Amino acid sequence: MSQPASSLKTSSSRRLLSRFGLSGRGLVVLVPYVWLLLFFLIPFAIVLKISFAEADIAIPPYTALLDWAEGGMLTVKLNFASFMFLLTDSLYAVAYLNSLKIAFVSTVLCLLLGYPMAYGIAKAPASWRGPLLMLIILPFWTSFLIRVYAWIGILKQEGLLNNFLIWLGVIDTPLNILYTDVSIYIGIVYSYLPFMILPLYATLEKLDDTLLEAAADLGARPVKAFLAVTLPLSMPGIVAGSLLVFIPAVGEFVIPSLLGGPNTLMIGAVLWNEFFSNRDWPVASAVAIALLLFLVVPIMLFQYFQEKQQEAAKQ
Amino acid sequence: MAQTTTQSGRKIKLEPWQDPKEQPYLRIEKVTKKFGDFTAVDDVSLSIYRGEFFSLLGGSGSGKTTLLRMLAGFETPTSGKIFIDGVDMSNIPPYERPVNMMFQSYALFPHMTVEQNIAFGLKQDRVPRDQIRVRVAEVLDLVQLGRFAKRRPHQLSGGQRQRVALARSLVKRPKLLLLDEPLGALDRRLREQTQFELVNIQEQVGITFVIVTHDQEEAMTMSSRIAVMNSGWIAQVGTPAQIYEYPATKFVAEFIGSVNMFAGRILEDEPDHVLIQSEEAGCDLYINHGVPVPLGTPVSVAVRPEKMSISREPPPVDSGRNVTRGTVREIAYLGNLSNYLIELDSGKMVRITQPNFNRLTEMPITWEDRVHVSWQPFAGVVLTQ
Repeated sequence: MSQPASSLKTSSSRRLLSRFGLSGRGLVVLVPYVWLLLFFLIPFAIVLKISFAEADIAIPPYTALLDWAEGGMLTVKLNFASFMFLLTDSLYAVAYLNSLKIAFVSTVLCLLLGYPMAYGIAKAPASWRGPLLMLIILPFWTSFLIRVYAWIGILKQEGLLNNFLIWLGVIDTPLNILYTDVSIYIGIVYSYLPFMILPLYATLEKLDDTLLEAAADLGARPVKAFLAVTLPLSMPGIVAGSLLVFIPAVGEFVIPSLLGGPNTLMIGAVLWNEFFSNRDWPVASAVAIALLLFLVVPIMLFQYFQEKQQEAAKQ
Repeated sequence: MAQTTTQSGRKIKLEPWQDPKEQPYLRIEKVTKKFGDFTAVDDVSLSIYRGEFFSLLGGSGSGKTTLLRMLAGFETPTSGKIFIDGVDMSNIPPYERPVNMMFQSYALFPHMTVEQNIAFGLKQDRVPRDQIRVRVAEVLDLVQLGRFAKRRPHQLSGGQRQRVALARSLVKRPKLLLLDEPLGALDRRLREQTQFELVNIQEQVGITFVIVTHDQEEAMTMSSRIAVMNSGWIAQVGTPAQIYEYPATKFVAEFIGSVNMFAGRILEDEPDHVLIQSEEAGCDLYINHGVPVPLGTPVSVAVRPEKMSISREPPPVDSGRNVTRGTVREIAYLGNLSNYLIELDSGKMVRITQPNFNRLTEMPITWEDRVHVSWQPFAGVVLTQ
């Protein structure tokens, strides 16, 4: 009895959908687009709009972009002063370059540390892999902020690390690590390492062991077989992991502000300053837009490699 | 040209396993391999000679692949030793063995072109670049894949990949080539064609081949000798004809081709013949060779379907031996042959294969006909185990 009713209902809802030119499949495809529109494109448009405005003492603290001029004419005032300002003051260029440098070095360190770990997990007996992966993911269960804070306790002059090294007799006077670039690297590598390990593990785990046997059979020693077979075939994982570390590291704000020194200039901190200390929203927005442009290139690279990987997986 | 000389060369050559002066090229000595409690290879000894096309034949789990992987060096024997050209292989890693393997999955490097795949082994040996080019081109010609040198493995068909894998394992001119189910992934037509190609290539390059297969037909067509393996041990080693005509055990007789097996007891045992009483057969079985077992021992007699004949009339010389009666139950006409399924008066079903000499004879044997089933004294083989 209920079956005709429900089929009637589905057919009527289908009719409703088709009135808007939509099928069920179309709806499923639509969801991510709506999501991106609401939470990426619209906010981006707002930020872009603000970046073209002028700072003003008002609420909100910038001038309107669109104005109704006399006679009902709509005028658009684009103000490039904020972007020009980024170019004139070397502070911004230095901050951008420094952010890129720190992100790049952190990514390389993550790769050097993460690759052996991912390789080790992928080669471990099958029953070990689950627990080992769990250990990689486990730190996420504690708040990111607390974990970064904990490093202060470890790295400070009277901290765990210095006390331990002095107790060992390796050093006489405490090392000055906290509030330097070194402590930023430690913080970023520690925080983002799982993002490197997981995609690397995913590609290494799929790697066919008979390929390594074939390489050995053809006369390649283990190191050579690794360089000629394992490494090139794990390239998609290397690219994915590197981008997952690099992109958020460029804009990182929490780690440099907690662990970095007064001389560390990163773009995230500059942005925060413009926004909250100077209350110059247009310049802050321009900084954000420029940062985005710096990141769009790696994101596009990332997508390009992902597509290639998917194509290869199909074959 | 090369082929004719090898063929004529083959004729005058004494088969190496019969020549006492010949040294085996590959010697497997009492090799056992255990995985935990499971014994995959159980005390296997084998001698394989230079230029042989040797097959390890067996079902899945017979230990044939494990044995092959021990030859390549991917597994180490739990006990026993392997010698290649007199050198103990115990402590020699795969990348230093004078052996190449063609993998069942082909294991082609997906990120390299056909050419790069084949050149890989030569590069490991630091062969000069111009020589690599020449040798890769040579071996690509041999497998007729010259046009595909720049392709990636995923752009090739299964048969082409198989030939790339073969080319890659041949290019280093190994002393011993191991092939793990090389034709397993190919369809029937391609497989038959490739069998002959493999034999031709083996004759051209003169490398010793050891091949693992579960396909008895494949082993029969290609091999100089076959080792039939069953649950880790070797049931029999011999030429295809020896294995087929003189199986050593019931397992071998049943594994290779089809066979009719009669249970019986020995009545008479002389050096030149043996007489066996068999209720299953419904007659006494006379076989023209003696057997080294006491009278009364229960034995089996194996008779191949094509060595039996059927007729409506009794055979001209009826001694009451090797002649029995039955009823035709099934006929399968295959064109060149017909298979008959006959129910003997004892109730035992036997399979008989007859060539179709004549076109549709006037009075063909048909369903439910009463027939005489007979065979010659040389047809049967007495098996004690």
